[in-house]
Amino acid sequence: MSELTRVSETPRVEELEDGTKVYRTAQWSPPGCHGVGCGLRCFVKDGKLVKVEGDPDQPITNGRLCVRCLTLPEYIYHEDRLLYPMKRDRQFRGQPDKWERISWDEAYDIIVSKYHELTAKYGPDTVSVWTGTGREASAYQFQTCNQVFHSRTAIHANGGWSCVIPRQTAMDWLLGCAYVEYDGAFGFKDRYDDPRYELPKYMLIWGRDPLWSNPDGLFGHSTVDMMKRGMKIIVVDPRANWLARHAEIHFQIRPGTDAALAMALNTVIINEDLYDHDFVEKWTYGFDEYAERCRTMTPEMAADICEVPVEDIYAAARMLAQKPCTASVGLKTDQNPNTLQICHAIWGIFAICGNLDNPGGIKLGQTMKNGGSTGRKGVGMQVNEEDTNPIPIAGHDQYPAMDFIINTTQPDCTLDTLRTNIPYPIEFLFIQSSNFISSCITQQPMQWMEACRHKEFVVATDIFMNPTIQALADVVLPVSTSLEHEGIVTFHGCNQPGQFHALTQVLEPLGECKSDLQIMLDLDHRINPDRTEDTEKWASEHGYLDNKIQNIPYTADPETGEPMTYEKLQEWVYGRYEIPYYQYEKGLLRMDGQPGFKSTTGRVELWSTVKNHLGEDPLPYYEEPRFSKRSRPEWTEEYPLDFVTGARRPTSFHTEHRMIDSLREIRTAATVEIHPDTAAKYGIGQGDWVTIENPWGKCKMIADLTPIVKENVIGCDHGWWYPEDKDTELFSVRKSSINSLMPWKEIGKLGLGSHYGALPCKIYRSED
Amino acid sequence: MTAYGLMFDNEYCTGCHSCELACRNHLDLPLGQWGIKLLEMGPWRKLDGRWEGKYVPVPTTYCDLCADRVERGEKPSCVLHCLAQAIEYGPLDELAVKMADRGAQCSIFLP
Repeated sequence: MSELTRVSETPRVEELEDGTKVYRTAQWSPPGCHGVGCGLRCFVKDGKLVKVEGDPDQPITNGRLCVRCLTLPEYIYHEDRLLYPMKRDRQFRGQPDKWERISWDEAYDIIVSKYHELTAKYGPDTVSVWTGTGREASAYQFQTCNQVFHSRTAIHANGGWSCVIPRQTAMDWLLGCAYVEYDGAFGFKDRYDDPRYELPKYMLIWGRDPLWSNPDGLFGHSTVDMMKRGMKIIVVDPRANWLARHAEIHFQIRPGTDAALAMALNTVIINEDLYDHDFVEKWTYGFDEYAERCRTMTPEMAADICEVPVEDIYAAARMLAQKPCTASVGLKTDQNPNTLQICHAIWGIFAICGNLDNPGGIKLGQTMKNGGSTGRKGVGMQVNEEDTNPIPIAGHDQYPAMDFIINTTQPDCTLDTLRTNIPYPIEFLFIQSSNFISSCITQQPMQWMEACRHKEFVVATDIFMNPTIQALADVVLPVSTSLEHEGIVTFHGCNQPGQFHALTQVLEPLGECKSDLQIMLDLDHRINPDRTEDTEKWASEHGYLDNKIQNIPYTADPETGEPMTYEKLQEWVYGRYEIPYYQYEKGLLRMDGQPGFKSTTGRVELWSTVKNHLGEDPLPYYEEPRFSKRSRPEWTEEYPLDFVTGARRPTSFHTEHRMIDSLREIRTAATVEIHPDTAAKYGIGQGDWVTIENPWGKCKMIADLTPIVKENVIGCDHGWWYPEDKDTELFSVRKSSINSLMPWKEIGKLGLGSHYGALPCKIYRSED
Repeated sequence: MTAYGLMFDNEYCTGCHSCELACRNHLDLPLGQWGIKLLEMGPWRKLDGRWEGKYVPVPTTYCDLCADRVERGEKPSCVLHCLAQAIEYGPLDELAVKMADRGAQCSIFLP
């Protein structure tokens, strides 16, 4: 059974001689990050935060902090922070000088009256709730949308939902479990020294740079900890990032060709009979068909497709067939119409080698109450109410599989819906923590802006004014930072072992800022005053947090056996959440408590019954990137290069932190990585402004000459806008918008996966 | 008198910049001033196809080796916050032994 224990007995608050109070707390957001729960010691003097340090007691980060937490005081006390609710007449959208301060009551009155007016006119689904990634607000999106506003229009404006959901769908359908991650001994007191743990021999790192992305609650530098202990890494990435440069084997693949490599690795393992026959026999379904399909992709074919040495494919396959081996699979496997096949073949390697839920293998996500998929008809979901509404959720008519995958609209079709009002008009936009007209989540961000510009009502919540709010909002609500409110932070809702920490309020909120949670509850009290179910949960922040904690399995207080509460967790500061190995043998993955996996067949489905049911090929296959030189040879002369995007920097979380001077001092503007030989060919020097252009759009970035990209590939930053350009249209959001060079609705058959890279372009020096 | 210094593991330093800002917080320095500065060598491909290149954090003359922190029994700020745990503080002779044990890609700095 999973279990929860207290990590440290150090008092939560300590007072220094000069009266400074030092509060220990775990961090999430805002400012954004992925909920790693890094441990902080916050020095507060006379009610003001004077310094933030790392807390050595935090069992995973051990006091380490990245530059974003180290600059928290600069962020919290920044002169541009939003401190009060404001309104602006709808006719002045886009104009920075038309905002007017209002009270919370007036803000809520406006929102609630617009809610009643527009839902009476268009129906409840006209209300849309938008979030970005990572921040705490994303944990409240579905509740705000479904339960507060009674709408089905939750929007994640991300082409092909290319952020975690494709990967998670593959985990759910293939592996029959919730979110999987590499086994970094995150739940053990003695971590890597726990006798139950075994260090992986190899970690396959695919399309992910965890050092800077700290994805989905993972402390990325734990990879380095494991390397220091002797683990070797194999990296698949078009860029030779730090990890790739320290890898045993680095596959510097042609962008977007991932599925070919993944299938060929399986081929070698199968042909050389390196797989785990017992595991395959006992726990998998469809191996023979899977093997036959993989073998249609020989290592020689993959070497040609991916433009990598064939001997590396053989060598890597032999390494990965050993036990234990693990994998760290990232966003780039989502950002491809071929995504479900890529993930299928990657997880397949670890399934056929028996590296699932073993010590040092791939840690399978605990399913139980948390479910795996979040789709309305997702496998293993507790569906309380059948959706009998004859009108489909936006995009679910074109992509019915979305009903099984996630409780949002289909993102690409949402842009159609915004423009056409089919199947229903979306006229009320509640945007929380999403800056979607900057170059991050959306493709063609200006088209999304245009589609939203004439909507009847737009309200947004955030810490700073940003291009999206400036362009669209009628009302803006100021959100408190993580040090100004309370909350909890866990590793993927405790699907994974590790952090179970409290966020503690250590400062009075600046101005009139409120937490995302409090805003949701305030709106609920006004819209649903007669709520009869879960009234304690909806009554207060603590009630809500208690309910959230108690819905996680096995979280009883270990001392008293009583249900855990937020207040208790706050005293602990850090909890450690452990999940056993070999859950599939112990009946811990299935709702019925039987051994096996949470799939229709109870096995790892190498031949996917779900994909087959949904009309997709049940086996993995390779699809050439749609705009590659091989797909569009006629474009090669005009657009000789391919660009990739998404490389993370320690100095920002996607579109955030652009106004923090200390971080801008380290990275001043958007950069484009160009191989020195390519730069020489085009007369581009280090630090020059460069225009990147293709048939969909163009943008400008500063040249960074580096051999970490191949001669025919450039690496482009994302998420840039320039808060200092206050007098320029929308903070110069279009200047470095690489996402304006991306087509939209070029997605996989089931509606998942889109090209955020592997796209053609040309570059030239900008004159200005 | 025993001399103290900082030892850097240049194989595992990932270039996170945490030392720079942790140090600036400790010394309360303004923008443009550094108590430790991260330098980068390379990267470039060697003749055998492997990569050369490393990050080298260099303490400046502002660095006081966090005397007051050390006196309180705490680690120097850059040591505590380094994401790769690639910095060690100690007496020079002990660091030299550790460096010899490490065997490669290390540097010791006296600010």
